[in-house]
Amino acid sequence: MAVSAGRKGNLGDWVFFNLTRLFALVVLLILGGIVGSLVYGAWPAIERFGFGFLWSGEWNPPMEQFGALIPIYGTLVTSLIALVIAVPVSFGIALFLTELAPAWMKRPLGVAIELLAGIPSIVYGMWGLLVFAPVFSKYVQPLMADTLGKLPIVGELFSGAALGIGILSAGIVLAIMTIPFIASVMRDVFEVTPAMLKESAYGVGATTWEVVWNVVLPYTKVGVIGGIMLGLGRALGETMAVTFLIGNMNVFGGFSLFLPGNSIASALANEFAEAESEIYTASLIELGLILFFITFVVLSLSKLLLMQLTRQEGSKT
Amino acid sequence: MFAGLKSIVLPVLAASLTLAAVPAVAVELTGAGATFPAPIYGKWAEAYHKATGNKINYQSIGSGGGIKQITAKTVDFGASDMPLSAENLNKDGLVQFPAVIGGVVPVVNIAGIKPGEMRLIPTLLADIYLGKITKWNDKAIAELNPKLSLPAQDIAVVRRADGSGTTFLFTNYLSKVSPDWKSKVGEGTAVQWPVGLGGKGNEGVSAFVQRIPGAIGYVEYAYAKQNKMSHALMQNAAGNFVGPDDLTFKAAAAGADWTKSNFAEILTNMAGKDSWPITGATFILMHKQPEKPAQAGEALKFFEWAFKNGGKMADELEYVPLPDSLVKLIMTSWSNIKDSAGKPVWVGK
Repeated sequence: MAVSAGRKGNLGDWVFFNLTRLFALVVLLILGGIVGSLVYGAWPAIERFGFGFLWSGEWNPPMEQFGALIPIYGTLVTSLIALVIAVPVSFGIALFLTELAPAWMKRPLGVAIELLAGIPSIVYGMWGLLVFAPVFSKYVQPLMADTLGKLPIVGELFSGAALGIGILSAGIVLAIMTIPFIASVMRDVFEVTPAMLKESAYGVGATTWEVVWNVVLPYTKVGVIGGIMLGLGRALGETMAVTFLIGNMNVFGGFSLFLPGNSIASALANEFAEAESEIYTASLIELGLILFFITFVVLSLSKLLLMQLTRQEGSKT
Repeated sequence: MFAGLKSIVLPVLAASLTLAAVPAVAVELTGAGATFPAPIYGKWAEAYHKATGNKINYQSIGSGGGIKQITAKTVDFGASDMPLSAENLNKDGLVQFPAVIGGVVPVVNIAGIKPGEMRLIPTLLADIYLGKITKWNDKAIAELNPKLSLPAQDIAVVRRADGSGTTFLFTNYLSKVSPDWKSKVGEGTAVQWPVGLGGKGNEGVSAFVQRIPGAIGYVEYAYAKQNKMSHALMQNAAGNFVGPDDLTFKAAAAGADWTKSNFAEILTNMAGKDSWPITGATFILMHKQPEKPAQAGEALKFFEWAFKNGGKMADELEYVPLPDSLVKLIMTSWSNIKDSAGKPVWVGK
């Protein structure tokens, strides 16, 4: 570690080493500070509701009864919908851009995807509310209710009034928002696959699909999973776009994805400014803490998954 | 845009610099709180700046934030849509007074129904928001509106998703007129809504109501008027059906007994034959014994100026200025705001 600290006359290296170390420590310090202040702020709610806060579906400011179940459910379900749509689409985009697209198309398409990633989330929210939701409720939702809605079990998810606002709409717009992130990471990592590996596979007669599935993906899986996690992180924490589209309903009405719900980030954004009582504010801060915790768990799970994958690889060879 | 940014940053800097010095030329004041009156405070501040050179910065961060900021003494005045109770005022050494009056209006979106055509009675409105009445052609609605052709359409209930003074007035009104609402839902800036979609802000609610056929929502009067939404006539406490306008808002304000302590009057369901039933005042909060008496005095001068000269601006933005008798009462109450030596910070002419 202390590589150059002792070396004579090399003050520059010493300063540089300590400066960068300071920066790295500041990150840890800030992280600890955030966790600490969240716990401190949420303490009245933690004390009063205990673990029951996690599975109580009650969110009643006048009666001062608070529970996080509805926002947790909404956050997880919208993010899940987003990933279910965004991962295959992004994979397709990245595959097309790296393996199939003619050279003249690669750059403009790649830039377009990066531009999508740069659009502020409020713009997605407004677009979702004013353009997507009306079209979705008029044409897509009735179609879904007539087809998917007729299936056993799954049908439950696509029933109810077609308002265009709800968990499904929020999930779809989240998918559109996360696709650029996942797709551009996937494209970048697909591109670094050594040409020799791919060409060898093509040389023994593999199809494009086989090359991507058996050579490119295994080679780039760390990056691909990293990209998906980046997208998931965005979906979990997304605030404005979700607020516009999720319907902000704090009462559980059923499992239908057409129904309005709420997400943690959206509840925070909506209610924090006007929360007067201490326990109300504390409950909102505890929601923030839970979101932080969910993100932490998701990141840890992805690391575990990667370790698992590497181990399996080791046993194969 | 840039001017707006500047007007936030500079005065804060300047205010902190001029604190020590004697306010030689222009005074810089900051206030924070309720979003509902933010447009009129902004307009008043702009006109006041032109007239006197003094700068007022109002940050519309929400009533809850306003109460916290004034309690923490980081601003010269706070603003809240909800009056504080006497005990809360005393606890933090605060005083409050109303600044301007506004109204909340139920709006509907049913094909063929124009503004002011739908009639609603209080219990019916509560039942719709409780989810007890779910179709527009329900007998209870049809009997009230024999002339309207009401469709067999689902009622899509729309309400605010964010905590707001508008919601406070609306739920306070429903609690007064419906025991059922009072016991099941209650009143507050945010409540546990039994049914419905939540839109963010007045603009979110108006967007949902305008978009979803069969929707009903509630918005500030200005939004209903500017967006030409179909507002409903409400039956008031006297039994008359009235529409929302400055006269019915004024009638509600006139019906209140402001001489009671602290001006903690909520103008919903007021008596009086012309009163609009969902009316409310928005309030200014200040310290009884401010840490910076000179700043507090300047803030009161600003409101004195606004009460005298700001009526027309309020009208233009669809707010209702306070009645003169009330303004007199408020100015009398200002003599209670004193510096540490016990001298009032503001002296009327």
